[in-house]
Amino acid sequence: MSATATEGATRVVGTRMLRREDPALLSGEARFVHDLVVPGALHMAVVRSPFAHARVTGVDLGAARAMPGVVAAFSGADLAGEWAAPMPCAWPVTADMQSPAHYPLAVDEACYVGDGVAVVVATSPAAAADAAAVVDVAYEELPAAVDLEAAASDAAAAHLGAPTNRAYTWELDPDPSAVAAAFAGAAVTVSERYVQQRLVPAAMEPRGVCVVPQPFGGEVTVYSATQIPHILRTMLGMTAGVPEERIRVVAPSVGGGFGSKLDVYAEELLCLALARRLRRPVRWTEERTEAAQATIQGRGQIQEIELAATADGRIQAVRARIVADMGAYLQLVTPGVPLLGAFLYHGVYDVPAYSFSCVGVFTNKTPTDAYRGAGRPEATYAIERAVDTLARTLGQDPAEIRRRNFIGADQFPYASVAGLTFDSGNYEGALDVALGLADYSGLREEQGRRRRTGTRMQLGVGLSCYVEMCGLAPSRVLASLNYVAGGWEAATVRMLPTGKVQVVTGSSPHGQGHETSWSMLVADKLGVAPDDVDVLHSDTAISPFGLDTYGSRSLSVGGTAIVMAADRVIEKARLLAAHQLEVAPEDLEYEGGRFSVRGSASRAAELGALAFAAFVAHDLPEGMEPNLEGSATYDPVNFTFPFGTHVAVVEVDTETGRVELSRYVAVDDCGNQVNPLIVDGQVHGGIAQGVAQALWEEAAYDEAGNLLTTSLADYLVPAASELPSFTLGRTVTPSPSNPLGAKGIGEAGTIASTPAVVNAVVDALAHLGVTSMEMPVTPERVWRAVRGAAGQSQVEQSQIEQSQISTTGGGA
Amino acid sequence: MIPASFEYRRAGSVDEALALLRQDPDGTKLLAGGHSLLPLMKLRLATPGVLVDVGRIGGLSYVRDAGDHVAIGALTRHRDLETSDVARSEVPLLAHVAGQVGDPQVRHRGTIGGSLAHGDPASDLPAAVLALGGTLVVQGPGGTREVPVDGFFLGFLETALGPDEMLTEIRVRKGAAGWGFQKFNRRAQDWAIVGVAAVVGSDPRVALVNMGSTTVRARGVEEALAAGASPADAAARAAEGLDPPSDLNASTEYRQHLVTVLVRRALEGATTGRG
Ligand SMILES: Cc1cc2nc3c(=O)[nH]c(=O)nc-3n(C[C@H](O)[C@H](O)[C@H](O)COP(=O)(O)OP(=O)(O)OC[C@H]3O[C@@H](n4cnc5c(N)ncnc54)[C@H](O)[C@@H]3O)c2cc1C
Repeated sequence: MSATATEGATRVVGTRMLRREDPALLSGEARFVHDLVVPGALHMAVVRSPFAHARVTGVDLGAARAMPGVVAAFSGADLAGEWAAPMPCAWPVTADMQSPAHYPLAVDEACYVGDGVAVVVATSPAAAADAAAVVDVAYEELPAAVDLEAAASDAAAAHLGAPTNRAYTWELDPDPSAVAAAFAGAAVTVSERYVQQRLVPAAMEPRGVCVVPQPFGGEVTVYSATQIPHILRTMLGMTAGVPEERIRVVAPSVGGGFGSKLDVYAEELLCLALARRLRRPVRWTEERTEAAQATIQGRGQIQEIELAATADGRIQAVRARIVADMGAYLQLVTPGVPLLGAFLYHGVYDVPAYSFSCVGVFTNKTPTDAYRGAGRPEATYAIERAVDTLARTLGQDPAEIRRRNFIGADQFPYASVAGLTFDSGNYEGALDVALGLADYSGLREEQGRRRRTGTRMQLGVGLSCYVEMCGLAPSRVLASLNYVAGGWEAATVRMLPTGKVQVVTGSSPHGQGHETSWSMLVADKLGVAPDDVDVLHSDTAISPFGLDTYGSRSLSVGGTAIVMAADRVIEKARLLAAHQLEVAPEDLEYEGGRFSVRGSASRAAELGALAFAAFVAHDLPEGMEPNLEGSATYDPVNFTFPFGTHVAVVEVDTETGRVELSRYVAVDDCGNQVNPLIVDGQVHGGIAQGVAQALWEEAAYDEAGNLLTTSLADYLVPAASELPSFTLGRTVTPSPSNPLGAKGIGEAGTIASTPAVVNAVVDALAHLGVTSMEMPVTPERVWRAVRGAAGQSQVEQSQIEQSQISTTGGGA
Repeated sequence: MIPASFEYRRAGSVDEALALLRQDPDGTKLLAGGHSLLPLMKLRLATPGVLVDVGRIGGLSYVRDAGDHVAIGALTRHRDLETSDVARSEVPLLAHVAGQVGDPQVRHRGTIGGSLAHGDPASDLPAAVLALGGTLVVQGPGGTREVPVDGFFLGFLETALGPDEMLTEIRVRKGAAGWGFQKFNRRAQDWAIVGVAAVVGSDPRVALVNMGSTTVRARGVEEALAAGASPADAAARAAEGLDPPSDLNASTEYRQHLVTVLVRRALEGATTGRG
């Protein structure tokens, strides 16, 4: 029963190990919530409002109750007594924030198309769907707040009786007079307006929940396709009035989330309440249309950004004014999303004066919330588009103007004008690598050739230099932002008697490959093979403490906790080894799972054998408890600040307006990498999602507040066929904030890519006089821009050459 | 995404399918590849009481050289048409277009008969068949009748097929001097925003995808071509008399522009023989 610890001495951290999660996912063996076989389970269907805003004047469940297979049906009023509190919003960003009470089912007033008004529970999904179709709800339609700016000026009330649609105003204005002075004295100013369209997260696995009452050991088990089993448990307890310790939450395989499963949803509460009430398991799997209408959406902002610059293009001040669409209700972190961008509207540039404000506004549309990048993609888009406009205004090369403004590699740790401390960076280094990989000068030559010949296929090159903040922490800083949770993560590492290792993590993967990465970290620490490390997660009965997975926090926070816990195992083992070898603990050297006596290497103890000795506990030092196990909770000292440069190359058909993304170069710096293959995967998916916002995706609403893109035939998620192979590069600037030197990489691709692509499209057409472009960049929009610019282009060209103008009114 | 309940019947022969249809023509739908019908049913936009699965009727999947025309069985899948040697050599436009439908999954399930019978102006194969010119063979209670393709598409999702009839064979003319096809969409697997199937030679025919409530011919273009106009001049008339739809992907005005560009490209491709 002795373990062979030394075999693992080869280090695996830093290698491109294949993900251990993938065989099950690829072969269909992975089990998602919908796959769970639960005998006797009832199926829930939700009856949803077809109106953006309506008074509910009656719910007749008679016909539904009479349908075959129907067990029960309830209106919002019927279930009103089930809730101990409204659904939670964990981020009241200001003390006076407005938040209309939000319950799992609307009672008197439905506030968006998709708002639940009744539920049916039946013995099959089909029976539930058939019965839901005959629930007769009487509505009295009300004026709806649909357009964001109209809603901001209270043209129609999103909620009856609310004094205003404005949820809050949040400002970051450290030195207003400095900003005013910079604009007053600026040689050049840029003023742009951008629309961040709403996006549907469209995780491959829709949401699903299955609540199983337990005859013993707690009261209910909640299986949910969630990113946040721990947070969900606490919130379910508080909202449904069930003592928290009686709820166990399990997230089985979860097929993507992108923030959309970082929430506490009505359906989770409904299944919980119904399962307790009916004493039967109750389950629900979201349909695609529901995923579009009733899962949170992302983005939804109107941004105004102004730059003040010197004549040679040095940015002296940034002023950003944001209107953010909350949708109908505040979900878990809805109001905080713009704040995650609030500190980053100056991007990677050393800007002395800064002002930001945001108004959160209710509309009668699906609630918004965190979606991959949450706030940072919006901020990066605004500054990176505006910097391109500044370059065009001054007739400068977009790479050159960025160089001129970068925060220098020698300025880190960098105290930003917005009050953050950027941990480490080398922005120019990443730009240089990216321009080299893209053959930037060659591209510019080719572009010049095409412009001269006037060929219909024009070439555009777009840059995006980004920095982002991830790994939300430390907890006391979150307190200062009124965020009602901490930023720590918990871990346990335990050695089993056979020398194998069990790791318990409070982070909760849903596609990121935590099991692979965590096993690599522990393998190197303990000198075992990664295959000998099992990683347990996503079950509150197994990992009681955790803050789950979102915001690119898992490695820098959760991974650090893992390493700390492993170190505690080693420290305990050291005492046992010293006892066995009869030396002082300080006289032992540790490497790769082996303690040896300093200067006498043959006297050694293997970790595996020590684990067995600790398990049998026959001969432990005085006072030592049996077993080798260490737990740690890590609360970081700072966010981490990944950065990089992305280059998009597009070919634009000026006749049809079609944009082809022909090349894409991404150079990212996420500090030290545990598994570069996983980093590649995160970057690939991130780029695809960010490009999707630039070119294809939009949750489009009509004037009455109906979502028009309710299927994947209308909501254009790109496939591999729409994207080129990406050229990836990396620079490595470790973070000083955590012992791994790691920064987040889960969102970087999404943050960087959207402005790179739109900048490239504008760049392709700039010589024709095109200066702005809305997202998504549809062929029709490009065609109209080319057509609209034709004729004026000569005039504008000569103006640009004189380079003394202040441009106003970009996006429109 | 859960269809309303329905009864499922499988027909072993055309006669059996027709007999089943006759019991309740308006409440019954034939099911071929299911790739147009099932999405409608899942959205509950179609709620047939009975589905008659014709997918396993033998002998209706073929592509045959029949002298002056090529005959295609109604149950021929897009993939089989795309890869058929007869289609590739005798009616290359049709083989090419079959390869442009949706994605591989769709092409392995969808049938040409289903595509034509569905009557969706956004579909590709109807335009190819309309451009080639030909005849559709239809069986019904009264026996077999032949419907010229020019009279087949009557309205949005509406064809000359009666509710008790089944399309069994599609006949397209051989011998086009040149052909061109253009499909414009935003993602590779999508339906066309606008599409053009063109056949040039002594009897030029140009059919358009998604430019009206049915698959339509660009009569102005054909007239101009017959009168000897250049591709560019003929293409300028592509939107003549048409009122294309406006949707999330394109406005009416943009479609009217796009069709002139795409018709020109299709004609240029056809005359240079590159397709
Ligand atoms: C994701 C996706 C993408 C697609 N993309 C495209 C595209 O780009 N271009 C395109 O053209 N099409 C596209 N399609 C549609 C596809 O080509 C369908 O297969 C085709 O339109 C219908 O053929 P089917 O055999 O599936 O017919 P079904 O769905 O089985 O039937 C369609 C209709 O025709 C009737 N019918 C079927 N066969 C007969 C018959 N022999 N006689 C009488 N009536 C009959 C049925 O009753 C039904 O009303 C796409 C479909 C999907 C799901």
